[in-house]
Amino acid sequence: MSVDNETVRRAAKLARIAVADEDVPGLAKELSSILDWVEQLSEVDVEGVEPMTSVTPMDLKRRTDEVTDGGIQDKILANAPDAREGFFAVPKVVE
Amino acid sequence: MTALAYTEPAPKVIAGLKDDWELVIGMEVHAQVASKSKLFSGASTAFGAEPNSNVSLVDAAMPGMLPVINEFCVEQAVRTGLGLKAEINLRSVFDRKNYFYPDLPQGYQISQYKHPVVGEGEVLVDMEPGVGRRVRIERIHLEQDAGKSIHDMDPAMSFVDLNRTGVALMEIVSRPDIRGPEEAAEYVRKLRQILRYLGTCDGNMQEGSLRADVNVSVCRRGAYEKYRETGDFSHLGTRCEIKNMNSMRFIQQAIEFEARRQIAIIEDGGTVDQETRLYDPVKGETRSMRSKEEAHDYRYFPDPDLLPLEFSQAWVDGIGASLPELPDDKKARFVKDYGVTEYDASVLTADVEHADFFEAVAKGRDGKQAANWVINELFGRLNKESTPVSESPVSAAQLGGVIDLIAKGDISGKIAKDLFEILWTEGGDPAEVVEARGMKQVTDTGAIEAAVDEVLAANPDKVEQAKAKPSMAGWFVGQVMKATQGKANPQAVQALVKQKLGVE
Repeated sequence: MSVDNETVRRAAKLARIAVADEDVPGLAKELSSILDWVEQLSEVDVEGVEPMTSVTPMDLKRRTDEVTDGGIQDKILANAPDAREGFFAVPKVVE
Repeated sequence: MTALAYTEPAPKVIAGLKDDWELVIGMEVHAQVASKSKLFSGASTAFGAEPNSNVSLVDAAMPGMLPVINEFCVEQAVRTGLGLKAEINLRSVFDRKNYFYPDLPQGYQISQYKHPVVGEGEVLVDMEPGVGRRVRIERIHLEQDAGKSIHDMDPAMSFVDLNRTGVALMEIVSRPDIRGPEEAAEYVRKLRQILRYLGTCDGNMQEGSLRADVNVSVCRRGAYEKYRETGDFSHLGTRCEIKNMNSMRFIQQAIEFEARRQIAIIEDGGTVDQETRLYDPVKGETRSMRSKEEAHDYRYFPDPDLLPLEFSQAWVDGIGASLPELPDDKKARFVKDYGVTEYDASVLTADVEHADFFEAVAKGRDGKQAANWVINELFGRLNKESTPVSESPVSAAQLGGVIDLIAKGDISGKIAKDLFEILWTEGGDPAEVVEARGMKQVTDTGAIEAAVDEVLAANPDKVEQAKAKPSMAGWFVGQVMKATQGKANPQAVQALVKQKLGVE
């Protein structure tokens, strides 16, 4: 499996990571080798084997429908670079 | 239960400049689960709270926070699936749908992609008595709602409220089986009705509890049938998705506009681009949301924070056993048991409260008469005064009492309307009101005869005219009714007037 420059740019854009043009070819090479390395797993025949989701036999933990959280507006907004009137304020995003 | 029979409605056809075009519509309806707390956190789902107050550290996506699923929400999704006669998947998986938007702090929405909790089902969309469309449901999955961005509070900034972030949604996905704007609106109405019967979603469109994404394409005659025979989508036109509609009227307008836009492009020799569009109700048009296109690469993968969702068939059966009677069955039963028309049955079963009210009135009485009184007098009045049936000033027992008095011959239909008015404004027991106010119909022939004689004696000239022109008899009946303040039995008056005038 090989990752080209275009794929790197696209992945970076989707992940909102700024990548300088000169770094693209290097990243393409690195990502390709990572994928090639992981690709080795496909040599294992897993025909008819259930994917393992947990190393111990566990069920998805559930909760009952009770309000047990919230009411902490100040904490929620504490790290916001800009908050006004109880809202996060972000640069205008409008369709 | 004998189900009512339906024939399929004709698809909507729009005449272009060169050709006739049919519409093909599929819908994704997002229904908010009627839960107290969110899908993966214990924060409240209450509408209209102070911004960012119904937010937990999980919803705000603080590092290290882990989602824990709300069992009630799972139950509601299963319940909804059963209500849509759908297959329930005992094992389903939560995935991350990755995209960036300020109202989605996680950077991904937890949703279900390849393995949804509910599989294929069906909704019968009744258009008019005897005509209905069976719309196939492809799937229902559970997912998180996003927050709310407000763009008009500041010229340079958008304001974000995360109260809705993480609220549980059921996304109900239909097959492209809807064939016109009216059908689309009826589909949403029917879905809303079923959800409200089930109690799994409050269906409040103003508050955003029910929103629809509408996929619209157009095709030439015969193409849709080919798609249904083969399952091959290439027979259909390219679709556009109109996002986030929360009004039946706008859904219809948007589909109509979008179909005509696509027809114009195709007839002009162009091709329709598959894209996401937004409906602008002010301008009455749809426009492209180009920014959404890039984001369509969602890179789904199973959420490593959540194990697969598994439950037993016994648990599903338990939910199935607690399902209420659903609209289609109730409607068929009303037609069968109470002898009401299918149209009246539709009105009466629009929601559970109305249906229950009707049944309380109709029990042990004439069903058709009960339906008339409940629909025309009571619902008509409630509508006029915007009063919900739960707050009706006239109870089912009172209305039943009115109908009993008519049946016994104690009051005429006309007096009954006056009585209804008194009960509406002042209340009271119908029989007692009739007694206390002397509203009882005079059935005593002697008294009616005296009144008739009196009217005839007072109008000798008219008596002469009537003998030549029998239709004048009606005037005398009116006079007698007036003289007896409407209490005389109209049939008895009529018979006596005719007899005394010697006319037929």
